[in-house]
Amino acid sequence: MPLLDVDNLRTWFYTRNGVVRAVDGVSFHVEPAETLGIVGESGSGKSVANLSCLGLVPSPPGKIVSGSAMFDGLDLIKAPLPVLRSIRGKRISMIFQDPMTALNPYMTVGKQVMEPLLVHDGMNRADATDRAAQMLESVGLQDAAGPEARMRAYPHQLSGGMRQRVMIAMALVTNPQLLIADEPTTALDVTVQAQILELIKQMQQRLGTAVILITHNLGVIAGTCDRVVVMYAGRFLESAPTRDLFYSPRHPYTRALMDSMPSARMPGEDLYTIPGLPPELTSEIAGCPFAPRCAHANEICRRRPAMLQEVARCHTTACTRVQAGEL
Amino acid sequence: MPDALQNGEILAQEEPARAEKGTSLWKDAFHRLAKNRLAVGGGIFLAFMVALALATPWLAPYAYDAQDLDLGAAPPSATHWAGTDTLGRDLFTRILYGGRISLMVGFAATGVSLLVGVLYGAIAGYVGGRTDSILMRIVDILYALPFTIFVVILMVFFGRNMMLLFLAIGAVQWLTMARIVRGQVLSLKRADFIDAAVVLGYSRRRIILRHIIPNVLGPVIVYTTLTIPNVMLLEAFLSFLGLGVQAPMSSWGVLIKEGADVMEEYPWLLLFPSLALSATLFALNFLGDGLRDALDPRAAKD
Amino acid sequence: MPHNRVHTGAGRRTMMPRSLALARSPMLELRDVKTYFQILRGSLFHRTTAIVKAVDGVSLDVARGEIVGLVGESGCGKSTLARTVVRLVAPTSGHILFEGRDLAGLSPRQMRKVRPRLQMIFQDPYASLNPRMTVFDALAEPMLVHRVARRRDVAAKVAALMERVGLAGRYMKKYPHEFSGGQRQRIAIARALALDPALIIADEPVSALDVSVQAQILNLIKQLCHDHDLTLILISHDLAVVRHLAQRIAVMYRGQIVELGDAGQICSNPRHPYTQSLISAIPLPDPDKEAARMQSGVRSLESGARESQWDN
Repeated sequence: MPLLDVDNLRTWFYTRNGVVRAVDGVSFHVEPAETLGIVGESGSGKSVANLSCLGLVPSPPGKIVSGSAMFDGLDLIKAPLPVLRSIRGKRISMIFQDPMTALNPYMTVGKQVMEPLLVHDGMNRADATDRAAQMLESVGLQDAAGPEARMRAYPHQLSGGMRQRVMIAMALVTNPQLLIADEPTTALDVTVQAQILELIKQMQQRLGTAVILITHNLGVIAGTCDRVVVMYAGRFLESAPTRDLFYSPRHPYTRALMDSMPSARMPGEDLYTIPGLPPELTSEIAGCPFAPRCAHANEICRRRPAMLQEVARCHTTACTRVQAGEL
Repeated sequence: MPDALQNGEILAQEEPARAEKGTSLWKDAFHRLAKNRLAVGGGIFLAFMVALALATPWLAPYAYDAQDLDLGAAPPSATHWAGTDTLGRDLFTRILYGGRISLMVGFAATGVSLLVGVLYGAIAGYVGGRTDSILMRIVDILYALPFTIFVVILMVFFGRNMMLLFLAIGAVQWLTMARIVRGQVLSLKRADFIDAAVVLGYSRRRIILRHIIPNVLGPVIVYTTLTIPNVMLLEAFLSFLGLGVQAPMSSWGVLIKEGADVMEEYPWLLLFPSLALSATLFALNFLGDGLRDALDPRAAKD
Repeated sequence: MPHNRVHTGAGRRTMMPRSLALARSPMLELRDVKTYFQILRGSLFHRTTAIVKAVDGVSLDVARGEIVGLVGESGCGKSTLARTVVRLVAPTSGHILFEGRDLAGLSPRQMRKVRPRLQMIFQDPYASLNPRMTVFDALAEPMLVHRVARRRDVAAKVAALMERVGLAGRYMKKYPHEFSGGQRQRIAIARALALDPALIIADEPVSALDVSVQAQILNLIKQLCHDHDLTLILISHDLAVVRHLAQRIAVMYRGQIVELGDAGQICSNPRHPYTQSLISAIPLPDPDKEAARMQSGVRSLESGARESQWDN
């Protein structure tokens, strides 16, 4: 029984230049305690898809045109604001990319971690303070002077990695069922990134939280996710368990993404680049959105809408040619 | 959005003669402004007032000092649209001429403050360090001087004349402009493109004039449209005190003073000049607010 | 003869194979460069309350036509080093010998004469272009200011520059915000090339770009270096990016170079513990390898004092 079941989600933005179909018919599910990775380049719609589930898409100009997001029997898309608010921060938490701007510069770190407890769990101050201090310690923020000193620190006194830990503490302090992490380590140094990813994994194992990890970094996906979904131009192109995706990718785009990472090539050789640009999302795309840039595209690809279909156990792809067994 | 080229190759080249025109941030801002009805209304009204002021010598039905002592103060009528004052002078005409003075003082004094303030603030902000500290402390000290006394002293020493009025008012307004510009410049200084300009070997002068000032113009423009009302009120205030424009010339401030003196008997003498001033101030404020929203750099980000 | 030298102290010079040293004199020689910042307090009488040693004794030689990578994490001082070399910031001590001339002691006016030969590409393509200037203005200005072109032929030169970086000349009247990130970076690169420099410092030129665009820009940079015989110092926190282009790599940590050597050697056989931890932290797009790495790697949750460089 999936924890979150998103079906046929469409989120469009009505702008001066036309309708931008940021998310165009996306379905996915997350099981309890599993880590789902959503990989895609910027503009693929991966952030918008998740913001839509929490009602965080600014509307206007955005509008959720269709779809449902079932969470524990409740459709988040249709839920009224007070209900959404009671879920946000308590049962579904989110952490963002930029730790600089995600924390309130005027509140101490301790207060910010306490806040969800006060608001959602109705804890009293003393208990909340203790719990927050515990949480900060378990995310690895320590101070020689003791946990109280860390509680009193302001965000600007902490480094990027430490701020991200605070965010994780804030997100997990209410023991949510689902954590959505939107590019949580993109802005961090690689050694800090490794620590943060490991932290997320540990917290997840300890608390049993399900995690949706959104990133463009394939290396991060390989190390942390159980299942992966590849997103492009507002649609999913492939979905599979992590090992299957990496060792037998079943979509030209996935293969192209893997090829274009610098470590894929011998130094000195030109890097493989995917020719062309992602499509303008303001026009209706007939057929497969990746077709214009795909080395294997044929007429059917360009004309027939690309739908996800299972081609191996738990492994779905939207490539018409792979489905037909041609690739 | 222009097409990127495939892997560094060049697409078919057109003759460089007909280069595609770009949409500058100003154009974007203008579009946004055009959607704001209050701002547009304010702008149109303002343009109308300025046009009236410019055309006054031809438009005014009477000479501004033409007295009609037999008539005296008369309420609005067909021949005198806004009535007449105690000396029988046509109020409508005097309002028109008064507008000329008030608007001129408003724009001129603001112009002075703009010129001085922007340069001063840009230099202080860009050069920084001790120079900045000293320049800004001077501003702080000048700020502390009580304005009215300052103007009175000036007037006493140099007599009452228009030029002096401009300078006096401008001399006070530039202080805030300098502070605003300095603040903008300080945050702009960290921008990479300023570093790039230094690395490209541009002189400090070029950087301040060509790179910094055009990018601080946004808040400057907004502040300017909000300064003009301040200045006009200031002028009205001075005139109210008897320190401003000399009779028989008048400004709206003078007219309001005269009207206030006889407010109970001849209310129209206060009403119409006040309406003229208020309406203009409203228009300027709406326009200023609209400009501020339109020029907000965050709104321009893609 | 070993190429690598693991630096245990400040200011050790790098060793080049003798044959190379004879063949070309270095284009850039950094000798024990230090850049310290003073944290000042007070609005009129500035008092020093603390000193930040951003660059703490760096020595490095860069040969003509070479691509050297400078790798390190945030706070290590690589950006400050770049800015010091370009004299955006004055070094506190040390020598910066560029084509034989010591830049450290030059006045701003003298420096301006040298600048055309020494250019920089910045990280953020959104911030490194003046938003109020068209592409034409941005590319023509350096050429006009330094009299590399005259008004009547500058348009043709701008078009040629744009083509060199893969942009159609007909877009020259457009403004930066009308381009994508990758295209803006191309414009920035074009601007750096406008004065025909001998040495370019690229400070994280692709970090702010999408992964697929990164590849395009890196290919472009490689091609341009090759076509114009440019010397390049490529700064990045991403070892993979640097490895792809650089012949030699310098690893920076807390203001000093801790390891310097041939690119392939550093990546496959790092000697310094910091380099080793840096390399082991890079996530690989290979689930089995990642799982193995996680099992064996010792990674502590204690961040505490080590992470933050300047706690108040």
